[in-house]
Amino acid sequence: MELLVSLLIGLMVACGVYLLLRARTFPVVMGLIMLSYAVNLFLFAMGRLGAELPALVGLQGQTSDPVPQALVLTAIVIGFAMTAFAVTLALRANSELDSDHVDGVADGDETGGGGQ
Amino acid sequence: MNNSLLLPLILLPLFGALLPPLFHRFGRTASAWAAAVVVAAALLLLLSLLSPVFGGQTLLYHADWLPAYGLNLSLRLDGLSMLFALLILGIGLLVILYARYYLSERDPMGRFYGFLLLFMAAMLGVVLSENLLLMLVFWEMTSLSSFLLIGYWKYRADARQGARLALTITGAGGLSLLAGILLLGQISGSYELSVVLDSADIIQAHPLYPVTLVLILLGAFTKSAQFPFHFWLPHAMAAPTPVSAYLHSATMVKAGVFLLARLFPALAGTELWFYLVASTGMITLLLGAYHALFKHDLKGLLAYSTISHLGLITLLFGLGTPLGAVAGVFHIINHAIFKASLFMAAGIIDHESGTRDMHKLNGLWRYMPHTATLAMVAAASMAGVPLFNGFLSKEMFFAETLHQGWLGDWSWLLPLGATLAGVFAVAYSIRFIHDVFFNGEPIDLPRTPHEPPRYMKVPVEILVALCLLVGVVPAWTVAPLLATAASSTIGGELPRYSLAIWHGINTPLLMSLIAMLGGALMYALRHHLFALHARCFRPFDAKQVFERLLYKLILLARGLTEVLENGSLQRYLGLLIGSVVLVTGVALWDTPLSGPVPSAEVDAVTLVGALALAASALTTTIWHRHRLVALIQLSVVGLVVSVAFVRFAAPDLALTQLSVEMVTIILLMLVLYFLPQHTPAESSSLRKGRDLLLAGGAGASVALLAWGVLTRPYQTIGDYFMQQSLPGGGGHNVVNVILVDFRGFDTLGEVTVLGIAAIGILMLLRGLRLKMPAADGEGRPWASDRYPMILAVISRPLLPLALVVAIYLMLRGHNMPGGGFIAGLVTAIALILQYVASGIAWTRARMNINYIKLTATGVLLSTLTGLGSWLFGYPFLTSGFGHFHLPLVGEFELATAMLFDLGVYLAVIGSTLLVLANLGTLTLINREMAEEN
Repeated sequence: MELLVSLLIGLMVACGVYLLLRARTFPVVMGLIMLSYAVNLFLFAMGRLGAELPALVGLQGQTSDPVPQALVLTAIVIGFAMTAFAVTLALRANSELDSDHVDGVADGDETGGGGQ
Repeated sequence: MNNSLLLPLILLPLFGALLPPLFHRFGRTASAWAAAVVVAAALLLLLSLLSPVFGGQTLLYHADWLPAYGLNLSLRLDGLSMLFALLILGIGLLVILYARYYLSERDPMGRFYGFLLLFMAAMLGVVLSENLLLMLVFWEMTSLSSFLLIGYWKYRADARQGARLALTITGAGGLSLLAGILLLGQISGSYELSVVLDSADIIQAHPLYPVTLVLILLGAFTKSAQFPFHFWLPHAMAAPTPVSAYLHSATMVKAGVFLLARLFPALAGTELWFYLVASTGMITLLLGAYHALFKHDLKGLLAYSTISHLGLITLLFGLGTPLGAVAGVFHIINHAIFKASLFMAAGIIDHESGTRDMHKLNGLWRYMPHTATLAMVAAASMAGVPLFNGFLSKEMFFAETLHQGWLGDWSWLLPLGATLAGVFAVAYSIRFIHDVFFNGEPIDLPRTPHEPPRYMKVPVEILVALCLLVGVVPAWTVAPLLATAASSTIGGELPRYSLAIWHGINTPLLMSLIAMLGGALMYALRHHLFALHARCFRPFDAKQVFERLLYKLILLARGLTEVLENGSLQRYLGLLIGSVVLVTGVALWDTPLSGPVPSAEVDAVTLVGALALAASALTTTIWHRHRLVALIQLSVVGLVVSVAFVRFAAPDLALTQLSVEMVTIILLMLVLYFLPQHTPAESSSLRKGRDLLLAGGAGASVALLAWGVLTRPYQTIGDYFMQQSLPGGGGHNVVNVILVDFRGFDTLGEVTVLGIAAIGILMLLRGLRLKMPAADGEGRPWASDRYPMILAVISRPLLPLALVVAIYLMLRGHNMPGGGFIAGLVTAIALILQYVASGIAWTRARMNINYIKLTATGVLLSTLTGLGSWLFGYPFLTSGFGHFHLPLVGEFELATAMLFDLGVYLAVIGSTLLVLANLGTLTLINREMAEEN
C-alpha cells in the first residue's frame, strides 16, 4: 500500500512538473493543480495510511492523524485561491499581450527552441 | 574602570555630522561654524582627558554589545590613541576653516562638512576602539565616508573613478583585515586589545601566525597606500584639496600605519614581520620618492611624496625595534603637520592661479610671497632640513637603518636605500619650491594669482609654526606627547633617545648631508633626468589596468546573466526544478531507501482506484494540448484523490477536496472559454526530452521521499489533540477543532488570504476586454440553447436543499465531519449552479449579494470572535462552550468556535463567488458587445 501511494504521488508530481514546464499558460495552470493534488496527498500520507476510522473523539479503534488533515484542509482551500489567481492572471495576460505564451511572446515570433 | 567621556568623543562628530547640512540654509559660514563648533567641543573634551593619559593611564570604556560574539562597545584612550585623536581633531578643525574659503559658491558646503564629520567620527572610532571588531566596523566606515569625500565633485568622472578605486582597494583590504582579526581573536582568545597586546608569545608561536600577519598587513598596506597597492592614492587627488590635506596627511592613510603601531607589541619582532613590513616600506619609500620627482601636477607630487613618507613610517615599524617604533610615531606627527600644510599651500596656489600644472606655475613669489614663505618652511621640513621638524625624525630614521640585525652582510642596503630616498625627497622638495615660486615667469595662467583670503592662510600658518617649534625646541613641545604615544605603542619601557638637534658629527648626519647635496645636484640635473625618465619608463597607469579589469568583470557578469536570465520563464522553471532534484538527490544519496516498518496489503478496490488515478493523470499530460479533454481528465484525478481521502479515513478532506474540485473545474471551464482551445505543438523533441527528464527526476525524488517516510516509524502530536479536543475545544471532530480552536489563528490568516486573493482577482478583471469566441477550437458554433430548461428546472429546487445540507454540515462540523470551509464551498457550488443554469442576469435579479461585503463580514466576524475572548480575559481566539437545553430539540452544545466557523463560512462563500461571478460577468459584457455589433 505504501509503495502504491508513493508511486502515485510520484507520478502526479512528474505529470504536474511536465505540465508546468509547458510554454502556454493553460497547461501550466493544470500542472499547478496536479501538483497541488500530489502535495496534498503527500502531506496527508505523512500521517500514515493504516487508520480505519476518522479522527473523531470517542471511536474505538485506530483513528487517523488529525494534524496533517487540518493542514491539508486549509491547503486545499488556499490552493484553490492560488489557482484562481493564476488562471485569472493568464486570462489577463492573454488579453493584454494577445498571446497565452508564458513569456508573453506574441504568436508567430516565438523561437521555442530547447537550447534558447 | 569605566570612563564615560570616551563615547561622546565619537558620538559628537557622528551626530554632529547632521548639523552642517541643517545649518546650510543660514549660509555657508553658518554651516562651517556648525562643523567647527562640533569639532572644537570634541577637541576640548579630548584635552580634558590629556593629563591622566600623560600620566601614563589607559582610559577604558566598556559596554556590552554582542558579547556572545566578542563584539563589545569598548573604547580605549592611551598615548597612541591620544596622539591620533589630537591629529584628527586638531587638523580637522584647521581643515574646516580652510575649506570654508576653498570651496566655491556652487559646492554644497553643508554636505561637505557632513561627510567630513562622518569621516572624522569613523577615524576617531578606529583609533579609540579597544575591541578589534569594533575597530573594524569603524575601519570600514572610514572607507565608505572617504569614498563620499573623494567623490565629492560627483559630476567629475575622475572624481568618481578615483573614489571607486580607493573604495575597492581599501574595501578589499578591509575584508582581508576582517579575516586577520578574526584569526587574531581566535588565537589570543579575545578581541579586546588589552588581552591581544599581552599575548605576543602565544600569537607569534601559533602556527597560524604567518597567515594572520599577512591578512592584517594586507589591510594596513592597502589603507596606507603601500606598494603594490599605492596606486589608488594619486587618483584620490581628484578630491577637493581640503579633503586631500585631511585624508592624506593625518587621517585616512595614517589608519594603516596606526594599525601597525597599535598591534606592534602583539605582532612585531619576528623575522617574518621584518621581511614583510620593512621590505614593503623600503620599496614604497623609494618608489614614491622617485615618482614624486617626475610629477608635473602639484598635488600629484605631494601624493607620491605621501606614499614615500608612509613607506618610511612602515619601514621604521618594520624594523621591529623599540627605537624604530619611537621614530615611526615621531614621523607620523611630523608628516601629518608638514604634509597638511603643503596640501593646503598647493590648494591655495591652485585656487588663486587656476592650475596645478608645474609647467605653467613659475615665479609665483612676486604674486604671493606670504604663501610662498609658508610653503618653503613646510617643504624644508619635508626635505628634512635642520631646524625643521622633518629633520629630527629623518635623522632618527637614518640612525635606525644603521642598527638592524636581520640582513647580516647585506645590512648596508638599508642605509643606502634610506639615503637614496633622502636624495629624492630633497630634490622634489626643491622642485616644489623652485619650480613654482621662482624659475622665471608664469605661463598662460587661467587667472592672475594673488594672495588668498586672510583666514585661508591661518591654518597653514598654524601648521608651519608647529613645524618650526617642533624643529627648534622639540624638548619643550613635542617631547611629552611623543613619549606618551611611543610608550603606549611599544607597550613597555621607552628606550633611551634624545630629541636634540645636534648629536655631534655622526653617520646619520653624514647621510643627511649626502641627501641634501645629492638632492640639490639631482634638481640641477633635472632636465636630463626627465628626458631619461621619459625614455626609460613607459607611462604605466595602474588605474587603467584596474578600470579594464573592472570592465571585463562587468562584461563577464553581464554575459553570465544573459546566459542564465534569457527572459524565458520555462528556462528559469527548468533550472529551478533541476536544482531541487539535484539538491534532493545529493542530500538523500547516502540515506537508506526503506525503513523497517512493514507495508500494508493492497486491496482490490484501492488498486482499481490507483489505476484510475494513474490513467487519468497520464492522459491529462498526454492530451494536454486538447485542453478541454485534458481538463476533464484532470477532474477525474481530483475525484480519485477525494475518494482516496475517504479510503484513508479522512472524510473532512474528502468533502473539501470534492467541493473545491467542482469549483475549480467550473472556473477553468469558464476561463477556457476565453482562451485558445488547443495548445499549438511547438516544443522541440529536445525540449520534450529535457522536460520529461526533469519531470521524471522530480517525480522519482518525491516518490522516494514518500516511500522513505512511510516505511519509517512514526510519532505524532496528534494524540495530544485527540485527548484535548473535547475538554479543551468542546468538539468531537478533532480536525475541525484544530482548525477553529487550537490553530484558529492560522485559519484566520488563511481566510484572510483567500479574501485577498479574491480581491486581487477582482482587480485583475477590472477593465478586462476579452475577445468573444464565436465558435470553439474546431470551428463549431456554440450551442444556441444557452440555458437548457432541464438543468434550470432541476437546479432551482436544488438550492434550498443544498443550503440545508450546508447548514447541517456547518452545525455538526464541530462534532462530525463538516465545518465552515466545507459548508461554505457547498453553498458556493449551489449558487454557482444557479448562475450556470439560469444565467447571470436571472440570478442577479433575484439574489443581489455584494460578495466583497460578504467576504469582509466573514473575516471580520472571525476576527471579532477571536477578539471577544479578550473581554473575558483570555488570550486571542480562546473558545468558550457550554451545553444548553431547548424544548423539542433537546440538549445541544454551543461554542464560540461556531461563531468563528460562521465567519469562515461567509468568507469562503464570498471569495469563491467573488471570483466566479465576476468572471462570469465577463461573458455578459462580451455578449452585449457582440449583440450590439
